[in-house]
Amino acid sequence: MDKLRLRFTKTGRGIYISHLDLMRTMQRAFFRAELPLKYSEGFNPHAQISIAMPLSVGTASLCELMDFRLDKDVELSDIPVRLDAVMPEGIEILEAYRAVRKFRELKWLRVRGDFESDNKKKEQLERFFAAGSIVVPKKTKRGVIDMDIKPAIRSISFSDDGLEAVVSVQEPTLNPELLVQALNHLAPALAPEFARFTRLEFYDENMEMFR
Amino acid sequence: MDKKLEKVLRRVQKPARYTGGEYNQIIKDKSEVDLRVAFCFPDTYEIGMSNLGMRILYGIINEMPGVWCERVFAPWIDMEEEMRQEGIPLWALESGDPVSDFDAVAFSLGYEMAYTNVLNMLDLASIPLKSADRPGLVPLVFAGGTSCCNPEPLADYIDLFAIGEGEDMGREVLELFRRAKKEGWSKKEFLRRAANIGGVYVPSLYDVKYNNDDTIAAIEPKDGAPEVVTKRIVEDFENSYFPTKSVVPSTEIVHDRVTLELFRGCIRGCRFCQAGFAYRPVRIRSVEKLVQQGIESLRNTGYQEISLSSLSSSDYPGLKELCDGLLDWCEPRNINLSLPSLRADNLSMDIMKRVQRVRKGGLTFAPEAGTQRLRDAINKNVTEEDLLESCRVAFEGGWNGVKLYFMLGLPTETDEDVLGIADLAHKVLQTWKSHAKSKSRGVKITVSTSCFVPKPHSPFQWEPRITMEEYRRRVKLLADNLRSKAINYNWHDPETSFIEAVLSRGDRRLGAVIELVWQSGGRMEAWSENFSLERWLAAFEACGLDPAFYANRARSREELMPWYRINMRVRPEHLWRERERAYSCVLTPDCAAHCTDCGASTLMKGGLCCG
Repeated sequence: MDKLRLRFTKTGRGIYISHLDLMRTMQRAFFRAELPLKYSEGFNPHAQISIAMPLSVGTASLCELMDFRLDKDVELSDIPVRLDAVMPEGIEILEAYRAVRKFRELKWLRVRGDFESDNKKKEQLERFFAAGSIVVPKKTKRGVIDMDIKPAIRSISFSDDGLEAVVSVQEPTLNPELLVQALNHLAPALAPEFARFTRLEFYDENMEMFR
Repeated sequence: MDKKLEKVLRRVQKPARYTGGEYNQIIKDKSEVDLRVAFCFPDTYEIGMSNLGMRILYGIINEMPGVWCERVFAPWIDMEEEMRQEGIPLWALESGDPVSDFDAVAFSLGYEMAYTNVLNMLDLASIPLKSADRPGLVPLVFAGGTSCCNPEPLADYIDLFAIGEGEDMGREVLELFRRAKKEGWSKKEFLRRAANIGGVYVPSLYDVKYNNDDTIAAIEPKDGAPEVVTKRIVEDFENSYFPTKSVVPSTEIVHDRVTLELFRGCIRGCRFCQAGFAYRPVRIRSVEKLVQQGIESLRNTGYQEISLSSLSSSDYPGLKELCDGLLDWCEPRNINLSLPSLRADNLSMDIMKRVQRVRKGGLTFAPEAGTQRLRDAINKNVTEEDLLESCRVAFEGGWNGVKLYFMLGLPTETDEDVLGIADLAHKVLQTWKSHAKSKSRGVKITVSTSCFVPKPHSPFQWEPRITMEEYRRRVKLLADNLRSKAINYNWHDPETSFIEAVLSRGDRRLGAVIELVWQSGGRMEAWSENFSLERWLAAFEACGLDPAFYANRARSREELMPWYRINMRVRPEHLWRERERAYSCVLTPDCAAHCTDCGASTLMKGGLCCG
């Protein structure tokens, strides 16, 4: 069967499932749903699945994508129904369809941040993010580097209890948590006490919705 | 989700172990529930979720209408700090409700080093630690599990111990408790009646008197409590409950797979092994049933691996048929079958080869002792020829790693026996040199030793444990004689097992020591990074107790053991006979070959075990 794509959400208690654990969880769910995943050949066969843009633990998403192949022909509309019935709490399957576009065409992500904050600082926050450059220390595998996150923010707007932004997810990857870290680092007075982020939608480089 | 908890979850390691919400978790409508049970496992989520006993009891209790059993695990150190700082009480995973809201709190006790976690969990739940400080009927704090075959060290903290297998007893205790709640009995009244349920030990109904030399003079039952509490077993193991719809963790756990239970008990009678005696009689599940349970479990969980678990799985009479039956289903679906705890003597290479086709694991053997004399003394019926023959076949089949497990400090062990371990390891290496399929990748032989802990209800229950210094001397002797680079030697520290040796044969005076260790920060002590011998020694000193009295002292045949009111159905005379045979290095045939009339068969209708 062709390469298929699953669109699903990860919310509630599901946001604490790590990327690696999600891969395992998905494989088990496919098995429970009697949807046999196609396995690679070779000494140590593994299921051919791939999740776009690993989500960090603690971030919710309404727009996760996973590519997979099945070993038998199944009615596409059956897949989400069967999978949804065997998912742990916090993962909801929205649809399955033939994958046309490649994950490397992904560029932008629309994200919402819900803040817990005492005072309303909408204007100040917008002014802060209007600066020409915003340099934040970012942890990488090779240590802490300074990253100018400004070019990775396509747009950002604030309301009284949070933000909505369009940020780059690929080349460079901007973890939305860095938006809060920038505040903690450069303008602690503006930083919320606590922030919950939710991925809303993926786009390509022309801001066409990517699915 | 609680907002405080949500914030804490961002800061702790592995938050998924605290969230619940896994597939197959059991959620009930609280309005239809009149008894809530918090099933507490005194270790991490990853350990507790791997425990088959917990999976079984979780399923059984939740099958009771009106009863909701939820899971609770011990928080890791970082989470505990956050909970104490933020004032978050210990909660149950399914509902998220605090444990203090529950009617009954049940602990699974499998390992003595988890005792401080039991106290810590009660404290985190704001439940008074001591049974005497909980005058009300609710919450009932009870416990079951292997280490309850000597319940005394936790006697002051646990209201009621369930001795033996909990399938039927758990239900009976909870039914009586539900009635007590409904009819408004006092706690005392409930415990008095519960003590008449077979297998139930209510420590507050027994008074302990001591001799001047600190040994026990008597443990006297009162208020109609039975003279002897006899463990319970599941008689019809073939048809007893098996959880084929277990909770599937959303994060990786230790045994992340379907586990099939082939049989209970063990035919072998190795004299150092508590389980080999305490879990008698042997009861076997049929191949047909196991294949059906295996397939059903795999379908319901989606696990990609299944393992066979029992005390000595390779003694299962239908092992080949079972493996064939499972592999026929598993292989086309890319599911692995793994075989733990192989014995060197009856290892079937046919089976190993079939298992290997799906995935090749390492080979592990446990000869336990280095010389035939000592193996005979402990009744480990494995010969050097058996072991080397199994290794030869394995090396010819392409395996290039073997792990060998031994114990140091077994009764009657001499330096010659210690050197025998080195000798055996070198012979395994020689076998590889002459029979390896390919030598290009080299060979890795791992020798591990641990320090023997004498356990209650085993033939060595009267034996002293060697001192830590003596263990270290024997370790050095062995290390100095393992001279090949291909042989890797791991030795377990003797400190944790020294405390384990104290607790496993301890009396109820040790409760104060456990509590003091907990107060001075002891928790998660089964994890070596959290264990502190100094903390334990300081607590013994403060309580005026000598740990060596419990660990390193030889007991006479006449001495009353702290667990003498607990009857695991193997007669003490039989245990003593086995001890004598150890000293004269006489083997006892296994139960399948010849019944030794140990007493366990009296638990079965018709008085027959081993089918």
